[in-house]
Amino acid sequence: MINLQNVSKSFGLTFVLNDINLKISTGQFTTIIGPNGSGKTTLLRIISGLLTPNTGTVTINGINTATHAYDTRHLIGVISHQSFLYENLTAFENLLFYARLYGINDINSRIKFVLDTVNLSKHQNILISTFSHGMKQKLSIARSILHNPPIILCDEPYTGLDQNSSDNLTRLLQSITYSGNTVVMVTHNLNKVIKLSDQLIVLHKGKIETNEPIADKTLETLIKEYDEITTR
Amino acid sequence: MMKSPQDNTTTKFWQSSLAIIWKDWKIELRKKSLLSSMLIFSLMIVLIFTFALDLDKSARENVAIGILWVTFVFAATLGLNQTIALENENSTLDGILLSPIDQTSILVGKFISTFIFVTIIEAFVMPIYYILFEIPLFSPKLIVVILLGTFGYTLVGTLLATIAMRTQYREIILPILLFPVATPIIISAVQCSNKILSGASWNQMSGPFNLLIVYDIIFVGIAIMTFDHLIKE
Repeated sequence: MINLQNVSKSFGLTFVLNDINLKISTGQFTTIIGPNGSGKTTLLRIISGLLTPNTGTVTINGINTATHAYDTRHLIGVISHQSFLYENLTAFENLLFYARLYGINDINSRIKFVLDTVNLSKHQNILISTFSHGMKQKLSIARSILHNPPIILCDEPYTGLDQNSSDNLTRLLQSITYSGNTVVMVTHNLNKVIKLSDQLIVLHKGKIETNEPIADKTLETLIKEYDEITTR
Repeated sequence: MMKSPQDNTTTKFWQSSLAIIWKDWKIELRKKSLLSSMLIFSLMIVLIFTFALDLDKSARENVAIGILWVTFVFAATLGLNQTIALENENSTLDGILLSPIDQTSILVGKFISTFIFVTIIEAFVMPIYYILFEIPLFSPKLIVVILLGTFGYTLVGTLLATIAMRTQYREIILPILLFPVATPIIISAVQCSNKILSGASWNQMSGPFNLLIVYDIIFVGIAIMTFDHLIKE
């Protein structure tokens, strides 16, 4: 379970997150939406441990991410619109580098497994500078699941993907959730919210405006509710 | 025999440092941009000084060490900028920071990569310098001083480059931060090298030599204590 208590974050004089309290249950697919500058990415970076909140605490399975960052980093995989990959390494070499950082045992078979999962086995010895955006995003997903984390954080993972790659990513995220993992996704794509999510969080001006199950919401009602919140 | 938790932590620390060194070298061997730009830059400085200062032998001996260290310092700064810039590409530093490693191992990995890059360039430049300036550079004492100076400069440089990389004007910020902080190392290294070249005894050169070692040790301590905090945000 991910638990945020009284989390606030400011950059200089600008308050980005204001007293956020949030619980995300294990195995749940949670989507965070909100207009640009509402603090979605900052929230995700705080959960991942890349940012430290000014006030408040974040715990993952009861472990404080600020004081025991080393223990919580094993539990998280991050998919971002930034791939975290080196252009002048091959797909295999990129994964080999991260596998060494994560201290993965039996590196070769694990890399083979994740490359098979994202259908990139045939391209494993090709420099990723020659990859399309969709292929890089697939490899980024392979990197994020390399250490088999129980929690996946996705920051606008659909950015720049064509329809086919987008569908593949959706299928992959669904399979991750079906296997009992927790997924937290930041997106602007309301269609994906309806299709994938169990829980919806609407963030506006650094505050949580809505935190409720998707249940049987339709796209139309979601758009209407979202517009009402963001035009306040 | 069972490994103690301390052994495991040390092993993991060096595994992640070695992974970073392996990755930096793999990329450099493929791109060859860092070593070639540092080498060309160093050769240009040496050639410009050689032809600009049309000096007799004694005058050349007086300025030689200064020119040598200017070459090394500028080449190292260029190298530092580029090795750290590598981690800006696709936010790869975030990727590393997300992994469960002791973050000081990033400093150690980056430092060792840069130190080896700079040392290779020095090894290329010194024979050329010897030919052009006719200065006897290959004394073991001088090589030790050059290595100690390079160690201190690249260590401070790696530390400050990680601060500079988060800023918009990385290439400008790094020298502005680095030159004042590294001045004691450069001064001691230049003084020590001059004394070695002029055939001074150990007693005469021990002052700057000891200072160089002390600065290296101080900067190792500062780097290890502060890197975790500097690398965040």
